[in-house]
Amino acid sequence: MNGFSFRRFLALLRKEWIQVRRDPFTLRMIIALPVMQLFLFGYAINANPKHLPTGILTVDHSSYERSLLMALKNTGYYDIRPLASEAEAERGLADGELLFVVEIPPNFDRSVDRGEQPSVLVDADATDPTAIGNAAAALAGLMTALDRDLPPSMRSVPAQVPFQFNLHARYNPEQLTVLNIVPGLICIVLIISTLFVTTLSITRETERGTMENLLAMPVRPIEVMLAKVVPYIVIGYVQVVMIMTIAVAVFGLPVRGSIPLLSVALGLFIASNLALGITFSTLARNQMQAIQMAQFTLLPSFLLSGFMFPFKGMPVWAQWVGELLPTTHALRIVRGMLLKGNGITEIAPDLWPIAAFTLVVGVIATLSYRETLD
Amino acid sequence: MTAAPVIDVRDLHKRYGERKVVDGLTLAVGAGEICGFLGANGSGKTTTIRMLCGLVKPDGGGGTCLGLDIVRDAPLIRRQIGYMTQRFSFYEDLTVGENLDFVAAVYEIDNRAEAVKAIIDRMGLADRTDQLAGQLSGGWKQRLALAACVLHKPKLLLLDEPTAGVDAKARREFWDLIHDMAADGLTVLVSTHYMDEAERCARIVYLSDGKIVVQGTPDEVAKGSGLVTFAATGEGLDLAARSLRAMPGVESAAVFGSALHIAGMNRAALEAATKALDSGLVWREVPPQLEDVFIHMLSQPAP
Repeated sequence: MNGFSFRRFLALLRKEWIQVRRDPFTLRMIIALPVMQLFLFGYAINANPKHLPTGILTVDHSSYERSLLMALKNTGYYDIRPLASEAEAERGLADGELLFVVEIPPNFDRSVDRGEQPSVLVDADATDPTAIGNAAAALAGLMTALDRDLPPSMRSVPAQVPFQFNLHARYNPEQLTVLNIVPGLICIVLIISTLFVTTLSITRETERGTMENLLAMPVRPIEVMLAKVVPYIVIGYVQVVMIMTIAVAVFGLPVRGSIPLLSVALGLFIASNLALGITFSTLARNQMQAIQMAQFTLLPSFLLSGFMFPFKGMPVWAQWVGELLPTTHALRIVRGMLLKGNGITEIAPDLWPIAAFTLVVGVIATLSYRETLD
Repeated sequence: MTAAPVIDVRDLHKRYGERKVVDGLTLAVGAGEICGFLGANGSGKTTTIRMLCGLVKPDGGGGTCLGLDIVRDAPLIRRQIGYMTQRFSFYEDLTVGENLDFVAAVYEIDNRAEAVKAIIDRMGLADRTDQLAGQLSGGWKQRLALAACVLHKPKLLLLDEPTAGVDAKARREFWDLIHDMAADGLTVLVSTHYMDEAERCARIVYLSDGKIVVQGTPDEVAKGSGLVTFAATGEGLDLAARSLRAMPGVESAAVFGSALHIAGMNRAALEAATKALDSGLVWREVPPQLEDVFIHMLSQPAP
């Protein structure tokens, strides 16, 4: 009597499946959300922004200056437009119209010719360091910009270097942000859709009054919870297939690892979210509380998992918090498998933490499922 | 009542915070009996019913339900009882048929389809099998709930205000069904606010502040109350009722159709009141009605 009954489980599963099917709004969200997010994030997020608005303050319009501006433009980072006055420059930086103001000193050509090494002042709006980082770094490469215009004696002398670095950007040679974002997005979409729907599942029964009835029937907690979880595993996989198809077709995402192994890993990740959602659902007294708990998990999953910011760049304590989140590990697995072609040996260190998390949280859910109304 | 009682609980206690919801309740209900549970809102009816089916753990006391301990054997009790909650608690986004099929499957009933069809026919739900439960009217919802509660052939039916918000015809039909099932040996404990329903119970139990105030057959309860009731017919009843209410010894004065009923515990005071009111009404004593008794008890402070 107290054991798991497959018949009862099937009955509950059938009921859940009918309810999922009859809720067209949620169903539409489940389909629309990943597609929308994929296009939004895929196209919008760019960690290496180019064509930044740049104003030029100058009085001379000399020939060296033209060469310098051409060189700036050729980096791809600067879109140049002349400014009339310093006041206009200040205003542009303040209201966000301009990210850079390049100020060419008077008599620039003459100063250069005399070897005075004049300073060109570059004002940058550094409120968002990532926005200007790469553009600012590109300035270092422009020291030779005037070499063609100058007599040989005045050209920049290549320093005698004892050795040099040779950077080899592997896995993503063009360093396209989208190839990093899209695999991460798979995990983020999954956590949003699966965590939220299951978080609401049991509290919804409580709020609609159907829980009292369910409790009065001979169903076991594990049967109720599994039945609530299984439909969303299916839905989770549907989302994964959708995202991957679009990512490969539209964004040229490479799939270098084994798809069956990736499916297993993602299945485990989905299970971890569902277990967490069910736990929240049993702990929360109403849907509002349940949503708040889910949101509380969502933010660290965005920020501390390595989805938005480089994981290794965080302080150690934040990395510890990040390591607790299944999203962090799932993100590494998905990026590793898609971009690097990682196999089971490489992903194992990230696979077991998700499994452990699912197990622990699943036990908490089972224990905290109230079989009485007290 | 020769067999062991179906419900046999002693000295049940339950408190929520400071409030004693059920306070030393002892109850025995025999097999095949229809027992009516009455009392004001918040008198502990729902909590008692929930304790009987193991949905709420009693803080003190205990006993048996169908011979099983209400605390220890709650899961076993649940398989043999049908519990109809006060609020409709089936799935509104499932059809009538799907809801019943779900219940049948959860109770692991063999020949599920047959059992569901049989109950649909018995409850007259055949025309509405494919309708979503959420679109049913109150009366049909209650019928669906009853069908779902008796689908697994329980030995005990616990009904928590099953007819609240249901029209008179549907209530009548509902009670006919209950009597029909009781005739087959089903024991029923039903809470209600309706006096006509109380009168259809073999026995009524009146609760106030979590304690049983009085119990017995409707007749016994009415007679045992010691209440004296006079009735009058004639003109100007409403005006007379207003004057009478203010007089000493008159506990209630209410117009029922063409008759004015007054009730009180003190016969002399009541007679004096009728005489003092120079209205030309003709008074005669009538047996106290259950309704008068309950109004009387509702207005008494808790014992």
